[in-house]
Order: sequence, then C-alpha cells, then structure tokens
Amino acid sequence: MKSTLKLTTALVFGACLSSAAAAQTELTMWYHGAGNEVESNIINQIVSDFNASQSDWVVSLESFPQGAYNDSVVAAALAGNLPDILDVDGPVMPNWAWAGYMQPLPIDESVIENFLPGPKGYWDGELYSIGLWDAAVALVTRQSTLDALGLRTPTLEEPWNLQEFMAALDAAKASGEFDYPLDLGMAWTGEWYPYAFSPFLQSFGGDIVDRSTYQTAEGALNGDAAMAFGEWWQGLFANGYAPGTSQDPADRDGGFIDGKYAFSWNGNWAALGALNAHDDTLFLPAPDFGNGSTIGAASWQFGVSASSEHPEGAAAFIQFALQDQYLADFSNGIGLIPATASSAQMTENYADGGPMAVFFELTEAQALVRPVTPGYVVQAKVFEKALADIANGADVADTLDAAVDEINADIAANNGYGH
Amino acid sequence: MASKLTTSNRSGWLFAFPGFGLITLFIVVPFFFAFWLSLTNQRLISPNPTEFVGLSNYERLLSVGVIDIDPEQDENGNLLRDDNGDLVYPRVRTFTRNNPDFAGYEGMREWFRWNSGDTAKVVVATDVVFWKSLTNTLMFVLIVAPVQGGLALCLALLINQRLRGINIYRAIYFMPVVVSIVVVSLLWRFIYDGNDGLLNNILSALSFGMFEGRDWLGNPNTALGSIIGMSIWQAVGFHMVIWLAGLQTISPTLYEAASIEGANKWQTFRYVTWPGLRNTAILVLIVITMQAFALFAQIDVMTNGGPLDSTTTLVFQAVERGYGKQDISGGATISVVLFLMVLTISMIQRYLTREK
Repeated sequence: MKSTLKLTTALVFGACLSSAAAAQTELTMWYHGAGNEVESNIINQIVSDFNASQSDWVVSLESFPQGAYNDSVVAAALAGNLPDILDVDGPVMPNWAWAGYMQPLPIDESVIENFLPGPKGYWDGELYSIGLWDAAVALVTRQSTLDALGLRTPTLEEPWNLQEFMAALDAAKASGEFDYPLDLGMAWTGEWYPYAFSPFLQSFGGDIVDRSTYQTAEGALNGDAAMAFGEWWQGLFANGYAPGTSQDPADRDGGFIDGKYAFSWNGNWAALGALNAHDDTLFLPAPDFGNGSTIGAASWQFGVSASSEHPEGAAAFIQFALQDQYLADFSNGIGLIPATASSAQMTENYADGGPMAVFFELTEAQALVRPVTPGYVVQAKVFEKALADIANGADVADTLDAAVDEINADIAANNGYGH
Repeated sequence: MASKLTTSNRSGWLFAFPGFGLITLFIVVPFFFAFWLSLTNQRLISPNPTEFVGLSNYERLLSVGVIDIDPEQDENGNLLRDDNGDLVYPRVRTFTRNNPDFAGYEGMREWFRWNSGDTAKVVVATDVVFWKSLTNTLMFVLIVAPVQGGLALCLALLINQRLRGINIYRAIYFMPVVVSIVVVSLLWRFIYDGNDGLLNNILSALSFGMFEGRDWLGNPNTALGSIIGMSIWQAVGFHMVIWLAGLQTISPTLYEAASIEGANKWQTFRYVTWPGLRNTAILVLIVITMQAFALFAQIDVMTNGGPLDSTTTLVFQAVERGYGKQDISGGATISVVLFLMVLTISMIQRYLTREK
C-alpha cells in the first residue's frame, strides 16, 4: 500500500515536470570546458540562472574536454547533429561560419559596444560570436631581475625595441644565473605557436597571410620582414637564448618560478601562479621589433549553430550570459581577462591597481586578432610547423617559401575561402 | 569449390557473416571510398561542391625532378669559393620560384642532392614531406621487421622450457603488448627526455659520467632510431606468443629422434625447429610488416613528425592532412599509395615464401 502511494506520487510529480517542460522550448548547448570543475560550476550557474529567469527557453548543457571539442563539432556537423548554442575558439569561427555551421548572432550591437575588440567575432561583416573574456600574453619577469641586470623597465608607451630586447637577453645570459634567458613556451605545441609567436612576426612587419586580400601569403610570410624575423627566431635557439622544441613541459610550467629563466613569454592564465611565487613579478609589454608591439587576441566565444531552429532563444541565452557579473565570475574563477572595463572593476585581479590589471591594458592597447579567414585553421598548422622547423635549424628562406606554397595551395583548393 | 562455398555451407556463412559484415563495412567500403576521394578535391569542411580532379592529387604528391646546378662564377669564369674553400651554389629557390626558364619545377623544394663533378644534382619534389615520410616508413619497416621477428623468436625459444616460474617470464615479456600504445609512448617520452630522462641517467651511470646526456627525441639523428627501439620492445611480446604457439605444434617425437641421432643444439634448431616454424615465420613476417607500415600512435604522441620531419610517417601524414589540414582528398591519396605499397610487398613476400 505504502509503495503504491509512493509510485503514484512519483507518477504525478513526473507528469507535472514533463508538462512544465513542454511549455518551454529546449535549447541544447555544447561547451569545451569538461574536466575543469571551477569552469563547469560557473557555466552551470549561468545556465540555471537563465532557465530560472524566464519561461520560454530551457537550456541544457553538454561539456566536452577541450582536446576533443573541435573534432566533436565537426563530426556532429557532418552528421547533422549540432546543438543550438555553440562554443567556438575565436580564430576558428570564420572557418565554421564559412562552412555553414554557424549563423549570424542576432543580438543588438549596443549590448556589446563596451566590449574589448578581441572577444567580438566578426566574419563577412556580421557578428557571429561573442566572448565573455579575452586572453593576453606578456613578457613575464621580476623587478629584482631587471634591477640586477641593470635594465630599463619597458612601458606600454615605450616598449623595448629589438636592440634593447636582445641586450636584455645578453645581460641575462652573461649573468650565468639562468639555464636560459628566455622561455618562449616551445613545449606547448598547437595553437600556442600562432597565438603567441605570430605577433613577433607582425611586429617585424610580416604576417601569416596578406590580410588585404587573404588570397596569398606570398610576400607576407616570405618577404624581407618575414626573413628577418626567421633569422632572428632561429638565432634565439642557435645562440642558446631560449630552449627549443624539446623543452620539458614541466619546465614550461614551473621553470620561471624556479628561476631557470629570466624572462618568460606567457599568458594571463599563468600570471597568478607567478605572482604567488614571487611578489615582484612584472608583466612587460611585447617588444617592438620595428612595426609596433602586438599580442594575440580572441579566446573562446559563444555563437548560434546554423541548424538551430531557435536562434532568437540561443541569442537570448548568450545575451543573458554577457552580464558583467558572469564576466567577472569567469575572471575570478579561472583568471581570464573580463571583456568589459566595468566587469574588470568587479574582479579581484583586473580592477584598477589589481595585480593583473596590466593585462587588461595590454589587451586594450596591443591586441591584434589572428587572421580572420576560414583558412586560418590550416594556416595555423603550417605556421606552427615552419616555426618549429626553423627553431630546429631548417633553412629560413626555404622553410618560409614552403609554408607560403602550402598556404597558397590550400587557399586555391578552397576557391579563395569566400573572401 | 564454388558449390561448396555457396550451397552446402549455409551455417558456415551464417557464422562468418558478422566478421565479413564488419570487414566489408569498415575496411572494404572505406577503401573504395578513399580511392574515389583521392580523385576529387574533397575537403573535411567546406561549402564548396566536391569536384572530380582526376589524378592531380597523385601528381602533386609524386612529382620529382632533378635540377643540375652549376657553381657560381665571377666575371672571369673562375669558380667562387666560400671561406671553407667549398664551391658556392645559387639557391634552389632561384630556380623553383618565379623562374620562367624552369617553369616545370615551379614550387618544388629540395629533397636531397649529390655532386657530379662541380655540378650539383639536386633532387626536387613538390611534396618533400611525403617523400621523407615514405623513406622514414620504409626505414622503420626494414629495421623493425627482421629485428622484432628475430628477437621475438629468441624470447620464444627462451620461454619454451619447462622451468619453475617460466610463466612469470612469459607474463613479463607479454605485458607491454596489453598496455595501450599511447601510455607506453608517453612513458618512453620520459625515458628519452633530454634533461634527466631515465636513459640518459642509466647511460651516464654505466659510463661513470663519461656519457653526456642527449635529447633523444629532439635530435633529427636519433629521433627515428629511438622510436624504432621503443616500438620493437613494445610489440615483441605479441610475436613471441605467435612463435611460441608455432614451437608447441612441433611434435616432441621429432626432437627425440634428433637427440637419438646425436644432433647438437644448433642442428636441432636448424633441421627440426626452423622447418617446423615455416608457416609461423610467414605469418609473423607479414603481420610485422603490415603493422610497421601503419606506424602512427608513437609518432603522434612522441614527436608529431619532428624534428625536421625526421620521424614523420605515411599514416601520420594521412591523418595530419585529412583532419589537421582538412584536406581529405590529400589524406586519401596517401592512404591509397600506402595500400598499394603494402599490397605489393605482401604479395612479394607470399611469392618468395611459397611452397616449392
């Protein structure tokens, strides 16, 4: 008798639940952050807040590990199973938009007018994706190192030039206190190479691809500026300034903190660790190699899949997630740069005078997105291999020529990628 | 034969169906699919329609040429020499880039060169990385097939004895086979580590500090050799078990007869064991060859084909192009070339080892 009652209650309760759900339209969403508990908690919080805030939509979230995320989306797209709301890495977005995986994001421009440029994903003149955060890279060192080596502290207005930068490396090398003067993070293969190192090339005056047409890399990646960059790049490893491609990943993660390196080219995500280890950690702007200082921009962003039947619902969720509070939550939780100045003030690290506020300034002043083209996905791979080969001693001109040929062949094979 | 296969053996076909079905679905169909894709410009992701392009993928992959390059001369016709006294040659890129006199070599890159007199003969290829993958793969097969097969036979002979606790040794030798190759590769990355990897430490201890640590996977001269060594170790246990199965099918009476005849150990092996292992040997050789051609996981985990393409292989390139660079037709082309190579080699092996 008792069990029958329980069963009936359960049935009634279940029926109520399902009828409540029927009134709302379900939206599916994929996210790349599986495995990171803090990140999962924040995104789950946003989803449940959104579901509670209105009665039209109910978002259900599915998380993937970052390494498998892009493959999952491509596979799902080929099988026609994309979710309504997609999470997409900024530089990859044009590829997915061009391939027809995504549709323009129908939110009002006024909502995002205060955003940093990096998190705004435009392709073909339309907004496709928007990020809650950005990421930035700085030359990490310690005030005590600069003092000991007798070096000027570079500023945003007056960064080091090539001579000063190399003089700093020479001074660090001559001091004999470090395994290597500079840690570039060669152990981090993949997107790190184009993200972190193509700004050096741009600062020399070259680029991965000619951005005026996006139809060729000839001249941009193998012109005089690129050759100068390549020779300089090779010299960093040949002359023992930086550990090469066989750098131990553990050294990349802890080498600077342990004092093995005088300078480390690293992102804001590693900044807290360095600050906790050494109070006098400094985050210096990228050196200016002749064509201005630049650093990479654009991180993960949200967009609407092309197959979504409810883009307005997906956009409503994305717009809901753009509240300063959530931007600040992500920043506090996993150290990302909040996308607006007002949300930066709500964070522990990026508020005025905060220990990482400098990254917000760096992003504002120096950020340049990676080439905005569907071909970037391939170009990034070609660029990564070229830089690894040059670091390993390959001939600079031949390697850059080969990279140009491969990029151009790919652009031609894709009929110009729709530019 | 045909009637036996089709009529009187219905339950046999029924039993074979799951296996045949899966093989057809996942091996035969994809192969024909790959063959078709290699004749098109199919991309992994693209809004553009797929077009039939004929053999142009093969052309791009396989084109090679030889350019004769004469050393540079000054105005008087004297050969220029650099500080080391070596002849100075113009760069290959002056011929292969925007040079209408050498239009047939446009976009090619140097693969290797040799000197004939003062003239440098430079072999150029459109796809140098493919040719390097091919030579790496062949090198891997040529070393792994005999060494792994021989080592596995030695181990099988060692453990084919009735000793107390021999099963422990069998288990130890077989253990690397059951561990995932990805895990094994990760562990060996630590072993080969250039800073204080296990191998460097052992060699340094054995040589009383004489041996200087080297970066095994970071040096183009040692990277492929390191992967070969690790691969042989990893799969040797599998082939040991096959050899062992072969050894145990040899009738003990033959050994008894041999010992009555007064055969020594080598004669017993040469005239009893080895002939009895004939079919096993063919199987082991063909299996190792095919597995070696499919080298991928070690490369993907340990070196990503580097440094300087010294460890890149055909399968790695097929995956890298097909998925990494979204060029499915390029990956399919490599797959077809690889298939034809493995097929040819297996058939030659079958022919050489046929029953005479």
